[in-house]
Amino acid sequence: MATTVTGTKPLRKTGFGGGLKGRGPNGNGSPKRNGHRDAFFEARSAANRYRIGMWVAMASILMLFTALSSAYIVRAASANDWQPLHMPRVLLLSTALIVVSSITLEFARRKLKSGERRAHKSLLVLTTLLGLGFLASQLFAWKDLARQGVYVASNPHSSFFYLLTATHGVHLLGGLAGLGFLTLRSGLKTDDELAATKSQAQTDAVSLYWHFMDILWIYLFFLLFFWRQQ
Amino acid sequence: MSVETHEAVHRHEPPTSFIRKYIFSLDHKVIGIQYIILALVAVVVGMTMSVLMRMNLSWPGTNWPILATLFPGGAPGGVINPEFYLSLVTMHGTIMVFFVLTTAPQGGFGNYFLPIQIGAEDMAFPVLNMLSFWVTFVGFIVILAAIFFSGSASTIGPIGGWTGYAPLSALGQIAGPGQGMGMNLWIISIAIFCVGSLLGALNFITTLLNMRTRGMSLMRMPLTCWAWFTTAVLALLSFPVLLGGGILLLLDRLAGTSFFIPGGLYVSGILSGTTPSFPVHTGGSPILWQHLFWFFGHPEVYIAILPGMGATSHILSTFARKPVFGYRAMVFAIFAIGLLGFFVWGHHMFISGMSPYSAMTFSILTLSIGVPSAVKTFNWLGTLWGARIRFTTPMLFAIGFVSLFVAGGITGLVLGQTSLDLPMHDTYFVLAHFHLVMGVASIFGMFAATYFWFPKMFGRFMNDALGKIHFWITFVGVYCIFVPMHVMGLVGMPRRYSQFTEYTFLTRLHPLVVFVSIVAIITVLTQFLFYFNLIWSIFKGKKAGPNPWEATTLEWTTASPPPHDNFAGVLPVVYRGPYEFAVPGAPNDFVMQTEPETETERAGGNGHNGHRH
Repeated sequence: MATTVTGTKPLRKTGFGGGLKGRGPNGNGSPKRNGHRDAFFEARSAANRYRIGMWVAMASILMLFTALSSAYIVRAASANDWQPLHMPRVLLLSTALIVVSSITLEFARRKLKSGERRAHKSLLVLTTLLGLGFLASQLFAWKDLARQGVYVASNPHSSFFYLLTATHGVHLLGGLAGLGFLTLRSGLKTDDELAATKSQAQTDAVSLYWHFMDILWIYLFFLLFFWRQQ
Repeated sequence: MSVETHEAVHRHEPPTSFIRKYIFSLDHKVIGIQYIILALVAVVVGMTMSVLMRMNLSWPGTNWPILATLFPGGAPGGVINPEFYLSLVTMHGTIMVFFVLTTAPQGGFGNYFLPIQIGAEDMAFPVLNMLSFWVTFVGFIVILAAIFFSGSASTIGPIGGWTGYAPLSALGQIAGPGQGMGMNLWIISIAIFCVGSLLGALNFITTLLNMRTRGMSLMRMPLTCWAWFTTAVLALLSFPVLLGGGILLLLDRLAGTSFFIPGGLYVSGILSGTTPSFPVHTGGSPILWQHLFWFFGHPEVYIAILPGMGATSHILSTFARKPVFGYRAMVFAIFAIGLLGFFVWGHHMFISGMSPYSAMTFSILTLSIGVPSAVKTFNWLGTLWGARIRFTTPMLFAIGFVSLFVAGGITGLVLGQTSLDLPMHDTYFVLAHFHLVMGVASIFGMFAATYFWFPKMFGRFMNDALGKIHFWITFVGVYCIFVPMHVMGLVGMPRRYSQFTEYTFLTRLHPLVVFVSIVAIITVLTQFLFYFNLIWSIFKGKKAGPNPWEATTLEWTTASPPPHDNFAGVLPVVYRGPYEFAVPGAPNDFVMQTEPETETERAGGNGHNGHRH
């Protein structure tokens, strides 16, 4: 290619008919004259990044569970080998634990906003413990089924039970990692405004995820034990 | 000046150690190049496999001594056996679709140019970006492991095709050579790949929504960015479904569940439940796998081609020296294609016994994709119409893309109709259709992108003469390969058969089969010209300045190659749309996006802004 660089000459300010075919100077974005972002702009976008990223990640996780749910519904109807499980009672405890953990996390988030750091931290620790309790309770449910002689390959309902609880549990571990990160972070001093915005955004993102896990579990619980039981 | 000191604070210094700079780099440009290198390696593996398949198809029974040495199990005495051929089909498809067509256009060029084109200093989550590449890389290593540890001496992987249809893919070793460990590794590799792609898609979407510089409104983004964004949305919503399906399939194989395996199967002379290697199964639905797979599979073909469409729009406009015809329509067409892509998966399953009413719905939705596709095609032609075209190598490949997209896409309208698809299903007609439109057209888009952006990436041009030779041989070559395959398909030649010596009605096609193979081998060899050009030009190519093509978008405002933080600490400010070529009254025939508005414009002196005041 033999084209040479001609560079960009500055446009004349006036005097050519018709003007430029731009979308105008005040298009959605409203450029300012200084060619860089100011500090606030930087912080806002860094903080927003966590929230947007979390919504996007949740869309993807939602698709995974949509796929598994539709497999569940199709498989339940495809043959008459479906034997409904007896619901392990401990699952009620699991459900209670995760619902309460969502509430404590929401309080933790508000405490951070109002600047009560100590309360924030202890609520985070409480939420983490409730999350661990949920996982332990799920393991007890597995043990309960195993005692009944019901394993992953026993029948389609048990296969889906183990699969869905395990997949949810793995995603919940991610949430626990997030909570652990927030707890460690909450010990650090954040005097400057940028860091505070950032840590608020991280807390928002983790709690968004945690509530999502909560609602997801309630949905799975209903799908597994209250949908099409005969 | 105070602004200077402020900028200095914002500069990100590049890492100094070799490992942080080139291996575990957080720089989206290095990661982009890593993806491209991965694709360049994977495509050689895939092409080698296609050459082996062509050799077997056109000269069946021939003794190739070298194959006897390389694959003593798969080609005993140098003659390729049918299982070996099927494993070639599987691995060729898998490697090409996942590790070439998904990595290079999106992970490679998207990673490199999306942040620069929107005026960002990097991706939103650089660590995640690094992880997405290395996870993908592990996926590639696992698929290569499936070649070497397929669990059978006579194959180099599973024999289920890239679609891995159940129940044979769900049964394990009993279903045939390579279906044991080879299939496990295949599923694990795909699952790992899904995770890598999801991390990438998450990053792309967040970057585009959050990191645009001042003035870069959505409708001022280059069409490439729209294409990468839509591709990322498709990946985000379709890969989880494949991941879910893969987990179910793996459980069927390893945990003895029956998601996809029906009861009473009789395979390889053994009834389900009579031996420990074939445990009892009941009630599974093989069609369920097809639904899950194709719900991913159809968006996947758009994941492969949309970035090519974006690059083509971008390059056509640049070398036609005209704005893209109907920018807004192009954006909506990309979105429409992406959206419709989620509702047409059933057209891959017309012969699965689905209700004729469902088939009709899928058929109508499929044919309606023709509308946005036609919008794009006519807008490309509109962009070229009356232009003083600069026939550079990237321009030739972009025009080639349009040609191949039309030639390959038009048969989609044939296959999208149930009545026509039923006889043509699983024939060479289908093979020719999707190779042209999804394989070759996408690759042409990437060739165009490579020749176009190479000066930006390495500060040097690729050799133009070699590029044009590469273009013409490849362009003529792919038509000579795939047009005859349509004819074979119409005659009734089935896909995935290792040879046709037993079918008398196909013997008269044999000269055509041989012709295709010879052209294919020539075309494949020509690609090494491209590889040579690529490597040679990095060191010896003609030097290029910051804006060698006289283009308008942000990547051309920075140095070639761009500094570590893309714009050397200053973020550009955008004042106008991406394709302002041949603007009446402007001193050059192109106006950069960073060019501030003139007094006339600010006063609202032209028709566009008149309503504002």
